Amino acid sequence: MKRRKFEELFFRVLMILATVIVAGSFFVIVGTIFIKGFRYMNLDMITKTPGGGFYIGKEGGVLNAIVGSAYVAGGATLLGLLISIPVAIFINLYMNGKKLWPNVLRLCYDVLFGIPSIVYGAFGFLIMVYFGLRASLLGGIIAVTLLVIPIMVRALDEVIRTVPGELRDAALSLGATRWEMAKVVLRQIRPGILTAILLSFGRAIGDVASVLFTAGFSDNVPTSLHQPAATLPLAIFFQLGSAVDEVQGRGYASALILTIIVLIITILSGILSKKFSKYKV
Amino acid sequence: MTKTPHISVQHLNVHIGDQHILKDISINIRDKKVTSIIGPSGCGKTTLLKSFNRLLDNTPDVKITGKVLVDGEDIYDPNAEVTHIRKKMGLLSQRPYPLPMSIYDNVAYGPRIHGLRKKPALDELVEEQLKATGLWNEVKDRLNTSASRLSIGQQQRLCLARGLAVGPEIILGDESTSALDPLSTSIIEDLFISLKEKYSIVLVTHILRQARRVSDYIIFVYMGRIVEFGPTEEVLLNPKEELTQEYVKGFIS
Repeated sequence: MKRRKFEELFFRVLMILATVIVAGSFFVIVGTIFIKGFRYMNLDMITKTPGGGFYIGKEGGVLNAIVGSAYVAGGATLLGLLISIPVAIFINLYMNGKKLWPNVLRLCYDVLFGIPSIVYGAFGFLIMVYFGLRASLLGGIIAVTLLVIPIMVRALDEVIRTVPGELRDAALSLGATRWEMAKVVLRQIRPGILTAILLSFGRAIGDVASVLFTAGFSDNVPTSLHQPAATLPLAIFFQLGSAVDEVQGRGYASALILTIIVLIITILSGILSKKFSKYKV
Repeated sequence: MTKTPHISVQHLNVHIGDQHILKDISINIRDKKVTSIIGPSGCGKTTLLKSFNRLLDNTPDVKITGKVLVDGEDIYDPNAEVTHIRKKMGLLSQRPYPLPMSIYDNVAYGPRIHGLRKKPALDELVEEQLKATGLWNEVKDRLNTSASRLSIGQQQRLCLARGLAVGPEIILGDESTSALDPLSTSIIEDLFISLKEKYSIVLVTHILRQARRVSDYIIFVYMGRIVEFGPTEEVLLNPKEELTQEYVKGFIS
């Protein structure tokens, strides 16, 4: 009897500890960035491009990186979605008379999922060299798209698999074609699509390695796909690498901005996915 | 029989993987009657039902031989138009699965995909089918709310209305009341009885009392074969085959 009580207590403490570590690290990370960066936060940070002095960032802000990151992550997420949705639908709703091929495809994207982002960066760079492109917004979008496709396909695949077969049968037995049935399924998984978008955007906006060679860096806000574009993670990297305290502080301020962007997206997606699931069965 | 029945099955064999699920099934389903398929779990009842509107197509490793004639057309003919065949049959599954849409759109979905776009005509059709399933008075003030907010019994009637809206000739029910409470069950059963004036109805059920209450004919399936087929009273009260006797008495299940 004593042993059972002890066991209960032991695992309860273990669970509480684990929970504290997770919640705690969230607050410690956000807190650190906040304390170190808040002093350097001002309106200029988000409304101005970097001014001269101290290599980068004595004056002005990181508007170039904010806009660049938004372009790269937004473009890659959009492009990724256009490719991932058809793949996920095809695997689940068009190949379900077969056993082998869907699993081969799943293995493919699982492998792609595990490839480090620097490899996508290098691969994107190779593609760019082949087509004679220079480091540019377009190059960054292509490399990051490659990075987010496996994430999206995986998220969509998982959520489509949760749709009951009977719902598909229901649409089919009303005389729907496969594509019409797929549209019903897509409607059913709208909250899941939103989650996939969020996951990908979050990953895309925070990744350094894939944009390192491909998007380049620039102090200006890009005005065309062929111009190099700064990104927030790279800006943070450069700023933190500076020997000047003030520029380092601005690095933490940039990190704060990035964190806030991701936070806003997370909260927004929570609200939207509730709204979208209104008709969900 | 003077004219060809809606559904006529000839030497149907279904294999899934290396399992022989249905073995040489031949049967003519009577028009404008309720026919119940009974038998122990795993005997192939549902497979037989699903073979009528080609829902088996999506099962991995399925192999089908033989013929299923619907209005004289072999539905497994490679040239058969599958959407056209399925439109002739409304399916009511074990649990209601309303489409992720409003009540109105659920009923209007079928007619819409088949080309009916005019709002007045759709309105009329939706009202007619919701009345046919006795749902109209319960939902007429909230047609635009989500179908998932209805009770499960209401959802099942909505699914029936949705199926009827495409103008089928046949209704297929796959243990359609197994998830419902007794009151909803009896509503659905009464609907089946009243709908047989216009439709031929085939039900899969494992509840013998239900088969007796609603059906005119009974097909007893055991281990993938049809053991007995005949009028309800005859099969249940005075079965010819020993297997049927044992099943009806509850010795095999």
